[in-house]
Amino acid sequence: MTNAILTGLMLGGMYALIAMGLTLQYGVARIMNLSYGEFLIAAAFASHWLFTGWAISPFVGLTLVVPAAFLLNFAIYKLLLTPLVRRAPNRDALEVDSILATFGLTFVIQGSMLALFGGAYYSYSFLAFPVQFLGETVAANRLAALGITILLGLVLYLALTRTRAGTAVRAVAVDPFAAQLVAINVPQASALTFALGGALVAAAGVLVSTFLTFSASSGVVFTMKALIVVVMGGVGNMLGCLVAGLALGLSESLVASYVDPGLTLAVNFALFLTVLLVKPAGLFGRATR
Amino acid sequence: MTTFLTRRTALLVAATCAATLGLAAVAQAQTSIKIGYAISRTGPNTGGAAVTTIPNYELWVKEVNAAGGIKLGDKRVPIEVVQYDDRSNAEEAVRALERLINQDKVDFILPPWGTGLNLAVGPTLNREGYPHLAATAVTDRAPELAKRWPNSFWMLGTSADAAKTLVELLSKLRDEKKIGDTVAMVSIADGFGIDLSSAARPAITNAKFKLAYDKSYPIGTQDLAPIINEVKALNPDVFIAFSYPPDTLALTEQSRIAGFNPKVFYTGVGTAFPLYRGKFGKNTEGVMGIGGWSGDSPAIKDYLARHKASAANGAEPDRWASAVTYASLQMLQQAIERVGKIDRAAVIKDLQTGSFDTVIGKVKLENNMPTRYWWVGQWQDGEFYGIAPAGNEGARKAIVPKPAWVAP
Repeated sequence: MTNAILTGLMLGGMYALIAMGLTLQYGVARIMNLSYGEFLIAAAFASHWLFTGWAISPFVGLTLVVPAAFLLNFAIYKLLLTPLVRRAPNRDALEVDSILATFGLTFVIQGSMLALFGGAYYSYSFLAFPVQFLGETVAANRLAALGITILLGLVLYLALTRTRAGTAVRAVAVDPFAAQLVAINVPQASALTFALGGALVAAAGVLVSTFLTFSASSGVVFTMKALIVVVMGGVGNMLGCLVAGLALGLSESLVASYVDPGLTLAVNFALFLTVLLVKPAGLFGRATR
Repeated sequence: MTTFLTRRTALLVAATCAATLGLAAVAQAQTSIKIGYAISRTGPNTGGAAVTTIPNYELWVKEVNAAGGIKLGDKRVPIEVVQYDDRSNAEEAVRALERLINQDKVDFILPPWGTGLNLAVGPTLNREGYPHLAATAVTDRAPELAKRWPNSFWMLGTSADAAKTLVELLSKLRDEKKIGDTVAMVSIADGFGIDLSSAARPAITNAKFKLAYDKSYPIGTQDLAPIINEVKALNPDVFIAFSYPPDTLALTEQSRIAGFNPKVFYTGVGTAFPLYRGKFGKNTEGVMGIGGWSGDSPAIKDYLARHKASAANGAEPDRWASAVTYASLQMLQQAIERVGKIDRAAVIKDLQTGSFDTVIGKVKLENNMPTRYWWVGQWQDGEFYGIAPAGNEGARKAIVPKPAWVAP
C-alpha cells in the first residue's frame, strides 16, 4: 500500500510540476499555450545535450535551462503575443487568438527539434538508482523530481501570496481591468507571468528527461496532461494544480496496483469528468459568471 | 460532319501527343529510376521510422548511386528519390502514395514504417500494381494478405509465430531445468501488444506454464512502477513484456531499480535498439527481446559498419527490422536488375520466385513471406544475437538465468 501511494505521489507530483507553468500562463496571462508540451520537450533535449555532450548534471542544467527559458518566453510574449493582446477586444478573443498563434508555434518548435535532433527516441540515465524511502524502494530521479516539485510549488505559493508582485499577479488573474485601476502594470505583469510559466515548464522538462523516454514529437502528450490538470484544479490556481496533479497520479497508481493497469486512462478521465460535473470551474476555481 | 472531322483531328493530335509523351517517358526511364516513399517524419511513428527505416533508405540510395545506379540491361541508371511525410497518419500515407503514383509517376515505391501504415497502403499499391515490400509489419493476417495482394511481401512474419517461438524456447529451458513454470506477461493496449499477447496467452497455457500475471496498460503510460512492483511480488521465473520503445526502456529501468531480476527477462520493440544498449550498458547482458540478428556474420558486421558511416551522428541500426529493411531493398534491386527494365509485374514475379543474396543471408520467399525469422534475441557481450529459432544459422545459446542487475 505504501508503495502504491508513494508511486502515485511521485507521478502526481510530476503531473503537478508539468501543469504549474500552464496554470500561470493560462490563468494569469490568458494565453492558452498549445505549444506548452513542445517547450517541455525542448528543455528535455537541452538537458540531454548538456548531460551527454558536456557531462553537465541536470541539476546544474536547471540553472542554465530555466533562466534561458524565462528569457525566451519573455521575448516570445513581447514579440509574438503582445500584438494579439493589444488587438483583442476581450479576454475570450485573446484566448482564441492565442490558441491559433501558439498552435502555429508548435510546428515551428517541433520542426526545429526534428531538424536538430531527428525523430528518434532519446533517453539517458541520471540518478537511476534505487533509494530506500519510508521503507520502500523507489527511483532516486523520481524522488528528486518530487522534491523539487514540492520546493518549486512552495516557493511559488509563497511568492504569489506573500509578496507585492505576487499579489499584483493574482489581481491580474482575477480582473485585469480593475487591476489597472490600482496602478498595476498589467502588460508587464502578464509578460513576466508568461515567462515564469515558461521557466517552470523548462524545469519540468529537465526533471522529466531524467526518467522518461522522449522524442521530438512527444510534446502533445504533455500539453494534454497539463491541460487536464489545470482545468481540473481551477485555472490559475497553484494549489488546485498541485491537488489535481496528485489526485490524478494517486488514482492512476492505485488503480494500476489494485484493479488493472489497463484502466488508468479511464479512471483519469472519469475523475476529470466528475470534478467538472460537480465543480465546473475546477476544484479551486471560482465561477466567474 | 465537321464536328466529326474536328473530333477526329483532335483525337489524332491527342494520340500524337500521347505517343511523344510516352517516348519521353521511356527516354526518361532510361536515365534514372524514380523511387518514391512517404515516411513518418512527424507524429507518433517518427521514433520508429527514424531508427529503422529512414537511415536504411538513405544508405541504400547512397550506395546504389555511388556504384553508378541500378543495372538495367547493360547500363546503370541512378536512383532519383521523391519523398513525402505521411505524418504517421494512414489517410495522409495513402494520399502521398497516390501523389507519388499519379503526379510524380515514380517507378517504384518503398513502404512506410509500421504495421498500421503498411496495412493502410496495401490496397493502393495492389491496385496500382507496385511491389510492396512490407519490412516493418508484424501481423497474423500476413499469409492471408499475401494471397489477397500478390504484390505484397511480409518480411517480418506473424505474431503467432513470434509467440510460438518464444514459448518453444521457454519450454526447452524448462526441460533443461533452467527455469520454473511461472510466467508474468504485460502488454501495451495497442496493435502490437494486443496481437502478441493474444497469440502468446494460449501458447503459454498450452505449454503448461502458469500465467501468474497477464495485464495490459494504455499507450503513453508514464509510470510502470505499479506493474513491476506487483509482478515482483509474484516472483515469476519469466517476465514477458510486449511493449513499445518508451515502455521497454521504462520497464527495464523500473525492474533494475526495484531489483526485479527474473531468470528470463524479455521486452518488446526497442530492446534491439542501439538506444537500449546506450542507456543500460552492462545491464543489457542477458536481456531478451523480440527480433535479433546473426551478429557474428561478416555480412551483418559489414552492414553495421556501413550503416554507422552513413547515418547521422554514426547511429547504429536496430538489431531486428533494420537489417530486414535493408535486405528488402537489396531484393528489390536484384529483382529489377534481373528483369532488366521497368516492368513492375515482372519484378513482382521475380520477388515471388527468385532467390536473393542479402545482408541477412540467402532469402527465398514462399507464399510471399520469408521462411526464416529471428524471433528471440538476447544481449550478449554488447551485441544483440538471435537465439531462437535455434535452427537458424548463427543462433547463439541463451544465457539463463539472466545475470543480476549491476549498479550503472
